[in-house]
Amino acid sequence: MSDSRNAGYDEFLEALDSGDGYYYECSNAHGTLPPRRACPHCGDRDLETLPLPATGEIVTHTTVTVPTPAFDDDAPYVTALAAFGPVRLTGIVRGVDPADVDIGDAVTATVKPSETSGDRTITFRPADDTHD
Amino acid sequence: MTKAFIAGSGTTAFGSFPDRTGRDMFAEAGLAALDDAGLTSADVDEVFYGNFVGTLSERQGHQGPLVAEALGTTAPARRVESACASSGVAIRDAVRAVRAGDADVVVAGGMERMSNMGTAGATDGLARAADDLFEVRAGVTFPAAYALLARAYFDAYGGDRTDLAHVAVKNHENALVNDHAHLRQEITVDDVLEAPEIAAPLGLYDACPISDGAAAVVLCSPSYAAEHGLDSGVAITGSGHGGDTMALQDRQSLAKTPGTREAAEAAYDDAGITPDEVGIAEVHDCFTIAEVLALEGLGLYSYGEALGAARRGETRRDGALPVNLSGGLKAKGHPVGATGAAQIAAVRTLLEGTHPQSDAVDDDVTVGLAHNAGGTVASATVHVLEVVA
Repeated sequence: MSDSRNAGYDEFLEALDSGDGYYYECSNAHGTLPPRRACPHCGDRDLETLPLPATGEIVTHTTVTVPTPAFDDDAPYVTALAAFGPVRLTGIVRGVDPADVDIGDAVTATVKPSETSGDRTITFRPADDTHD
Repeated sequence: MTKAFIAGSGTTAFGSFPDRTGRDMFAEAGLAALDDAGLTSADVDEVFYGNFVGTLSERQGHQGPLVAEALGTTAPARRVESACASSGVAIRDAVRAVRAGDADVVVAGGMERMSNMGTAGATDGLARAADDLFEVRAGVTFPAAYALLARAYFDAYGGDRTDLAHVAVKNHENALVNDHAHLRQEITVDDVLEAPEIAAPLGLYDACPISDGAAAVVLCSPSYAAEHGLDSGVAITGSGHGGDTMALQDRQSLAKTPGTREAAEAAYDDAGITPDEVGIAEVHDCFTIAEVLALEGLGLYSYGEALGAARRGETRRDGALPVNLSGGLKAKGHPVGATGAAQIAAVRTLLEGTHPQSDAVDDDVTVGLAHNAGGTVASATVHVLEVVA
């Protein structure tokens, strides 16, 4: 794999990592993430950049025991979708026992290296977790 | 609506054949389809070929002409890639070509070779059907994506893994008499529930196997079929193609698959039928939950109602609406790029009375459905097949 960046996506991860996450909202209030030039739902090109809400809520999750090679050392791990206002993020849930993850749990989003490759991964933590 | 006549069909056995080349598997299926139609390579106007991970598994791009050549022709050919819906989309494009009068005889089908990649390699390859930036990099595997849908479905409508287990048991049972099936093994609900988890709430027996194989059909335009006496048997009378966002995080609902609904409505409208006329269906059950989502998306069940269909016996071979009589992806196997074409071949032979499970099709059934899905249904095709004899 080359070291080239993914413009738009990488800037988003860097912002999320420093606590300044954002999302795009179109004129019809659809939320989406960069890189985007048009809303995938309605085609609107008027995308406003708004701050990502500090906490989100898990809407579904799975505990992965058979990973892709890029996550060999991470498994088993929990991948979840969490809603932050009008936008959802997909990330790995850390700082909680997989058996204790539930729909409705409040989480914060940050960026951490995966245990296998060290690649930056969107990571959720329980919203009441004060540890790094 | 204009019919696309199915003059012939052919499939390889589905299973683990790591040493078989893709070109040879597709040649076996395609030549069998031509033989079945009583046509030769020289009759073929175009080739529509579905394949998903061939550039990874065989390090081979530009597979369209390669597989046409394997059929003994240099007719114009293309490879269609729409993940697990690759050959469903190839069939649809072929249907449009013969209906438009652009071609009289086409071979449409697909092939996948995956077992040579090993489980880790195939898991990595299959994950490429998800959004690389926002899903794969967050640990989403193909089973994980469907597990996320399953959990959301349970949350929306209730139900649990036991309901899903009945889908696996049914499809394994259907495959027992299918000598082309990958898994011919009777299983119980307990077997499913006790199998190792792969992506909770889904376990190993909720998932289709990693299969190799090929499938093809020969389609003819109405005028060619009439001229050559091929205008009997079974025809494709309706075709639909639906879409959705790639990543689950952008979906409006995580308990429904609107791509299937869009494809189904278009196909029903095209064929001039209603869902209650459908007598048998082959649907995309890459995971047990996928069969449930498919039956609801197709309008054969209301949302939230299909989860118990297999448990209640309604979709078993002796039920009111037999689903996946071939064994489905779950037990027949899922050579990804071949699946959509294999479903068409199965529905056609079920309706014609030449499939090992044809005795489960009531005499008054004349309409069958084939539903093929790619990714988490960001691509879906639905085809209506009808007896025209």
